[in-house]
Amino acid sequence: MPLLWLIVTVLALAGAGYVIARMRALKSANGDIRNLHSLPSYYGSNAAIKVIVPALLVLVIWLIAQPLYVGSVVSGMIPDSEIGEGSSRDLVLAEVSRTADGIDAAVAQGVMSEAQARDGGADVEVLTQRLKDAGQIVTGAVTPAKLAAAQRMRVLADTARQVMAVVVILLAVAGLVWALRETEKDFRARNTVERSIRGLLIAAASIAILTTLGIVLSLIGNTMHFFRLYPASEFFGSLTWAPSFGGGSQLGIWPLLWGTIYISFVALLVAVPVGLFAAIYLSEYAGSKMRSWAKPALEVLAGIPTIVYGLFALLTVGPILLSVFGNDGLGWMHGTRAVLTAGIAMGIMLIPFVSSLSDDIINAVPQAMRDGSYGLGATKSETIRQVVLPAALPGIVGAVLLATSRAIGETMIVVLGAGAAARLSLNPFEAMTTVTAKIVSQLTGDNDFASPEALVAFALGMTLFVLTLGLNVFALFIVRKYREQYE
Amino acid sequence: MYDAPHTTERNVTKQDIKISARNVQVYYGDTHAIKDVDVEIEAQTVTAFIGPSGCGKSTFLRCLNRMNDTIDIARVEGEILLDGEDIYDKRVDPVQLRARVGMVFQKPNPFPKSIYDNIAYGPRIHGLARNKSDLDDIVEKALRRGALWNEVKDRLQAPGTGLSGGQQQRLCIARAIATEPEVLLMDEPCSALDPIATGQVEELIDELRQDYSVVIVTHSMQQAARVSQKTAFFHLGNLVEFGETSKIFTNPDDSRTESYITGRIG
Repeated sequence: MPLLWLIVTVLALAGAGYVIARMRALKSANGDIRNLHSLPSYYGSNAAIKVIVPALLVLVIWLIAQPLYVGSVVSGMIPDSEIGEGSSRDLVLAEVSRTADGIDAAVAQGVMSEAQARDGGADVEVLTQRLKDAGQIVTGAVTPAKLAAAQRMRVLADTARQVMAVVVILLAVAGLVWALRETEKDFRARNTVERSIRGLLIAAASIAILTTLGIVLSLIGNTMHFFRLYPASEFFGSLTWAPSFGGGSQLGIWPLLWGTIYISFVALLVAVPVGLFAAIYLSEYAGSKMRSWAKPALEVLAGIPTIVYGLFALLTVGPILLSVFGNDGLGWMHGTRAVLTAGIAMGIMLIPFVSSLSDDIINAVPQAMRDGSYGLGATKSETIRQVVLPAALPGIVGAVLLATSRAIGETMIVVLGAGAAARLSLNPFEAMTTVTAKIVSQLTGDNDFASPEALVAFALGMTLFVLTLGLNVFALFIVRKYREQYE
Repeated sequence: MYDAPHTTERNVTKQDIKISARNVQVYYGDTHAIKDVDVEIEAQTVTAFIGPSGCGKSTFLRCLNRMNDTIDIARVEGEILLDGEDIYDKRVDPVQLRARVGMVFQKPNPFPKSIYDNIAYGPRIHGLARNKSDLDDIVEKALRRGALWNEVKDRLQAPGTGLSGGQQQRLCIARAIATEPEVLLMDEPCSALDPIATGQVEELIDELRQDYSVVIVTHSMQQAARVSQKTAFFHLGNLVEFGETSKIFTNPDDSRTESYITGRIG
């Protein structure tokens, strides 16, 4: 039974459960809803929940677990001789799975009959030709062993799907019966539904957290893999970044990390003063009319896609800098792509982050502080400098740290504005590159995914993740400490 | 007018007029908050403003050091003279004025700085100290006069926000004194304090009378009777009665004053 129909069946059962449970509840109260513990719709919802939740939960878990199980069974069928030089069991298994998908598609198109697809003694040559005729891409040579594995995989998956359909529908029916049996006028359906809503909210929250966990785990796995192929001491110790897919690469992180830090620093040099002053103007000086349109206008900056900032850096900031510092001017700069180009564009991107957060924090400083200062004969700017800003400082530091982690993770502006040369240099007019830009360039293109040159991307990603996580935790710590002061 | 029973005890003699307000009107947008108020505040006297909530007494107090300037929609008309000079004259710098007319607020509002820096804030802004030891003297003097020195002398670098409510309010009073104002305005300075802290602050107000003219807004009629020599009763934006405290509380001229004091309105 196709997945869609399975889901539709479960939903139909749920709908039926809603209607029947509602009627049953009303009947048990002799049609007078005042005799019911809960409103009739709660009895219906209770039944619908009891049909849907267990059935779909099992469905989801089954769909996740099935490929893992089938894979591990089929993996045992592949003899070691099939695994060639420089390959791995996982790669062969991927090939088998692609073949199985190809056969599925061929059967679906009617090029092949189900019997032909399952034929254990089928000729490999003929089958491969049939697949090619059906427009299915068959990578590598399909050997008899691989074919057998692919066929076994199909059969297993097919059986598993049938069992799954039966189990899911049985569960849905069981849920329906359970809900209908407990439906009578004194049953506390309202409280049950309340608990389910809580469960739903908890599930939503856990999905967000579990996804983060999943991302971290996948990064860690691939990073470990990388460090088995390339020594960690070289990665963290070498000052050269020179990947070459022919082998003999030097993959030192320092030139990239330096580029990241340098460009972020330039960006903050632009964003922090401008953003902070804008925030002070908006919160302390601007009238309410000015504020009501200037603040959203400033926040529009935050909504511009970073690729647009990248173009802005490449087409506007770079040429302007070049006309001042280039060969026609001071002669320090030799191309539009430079640390300064990317840094300035990124700084402009960060202005709304700094200003919007700082503005909220400055507004949170109690008016009593300002009154106290004015009452002592301080001017507005003295009050801001000596009372408001010190009081808001921890929060502003938090805002700056959050902006920093944005800057560290930024990619497109760097790709377009800073160039691709990994170097360790202090000259802001030179092209440099960052960790994020290199992750992109290592993973795009026709690369062997198992080579250290590609896997290094995960180690780079992990480094960035640790860096930004550290900054975020530090920022949250500071912001929280600030909150305690006024509560 | 000076033959009320307690006058000899309070030692009030004819004083110089420090602040003289004539025909003052205050508008908040379209609301006419203060109507035709005439008050004369004497030097070395505690003047109390009493009246029910929303009667305009705090608003009027804030006119006396132009704190209403910080509110966009507030508009003040009439004449307020400080030592004979109109404080709403264009040539008067409101910032300088506030240094001469200090203010203490309803809720203690120490800055999130050390006790020392809280006191030194005004003197530093106005350049009252020539050097560090000068500043130290100013801080010590202000804290002594704020009756706080003995409690905090060993922890001047501790944050001012860490003090108790009563101590914080005395810190704010000391902070206001440190800039050497001529008039001290207090907007319900004891409303956030417990009775013991209130007693300490009232004692302090009585001592401050030696050097300053103090104007205090209060909701507590007992407090007005305890600390002030002159009392002004506000009602619905009007100044109903102004005179010797003892007279206002024992033999008011206006029936509204009597009703308020005896608890029938307000």
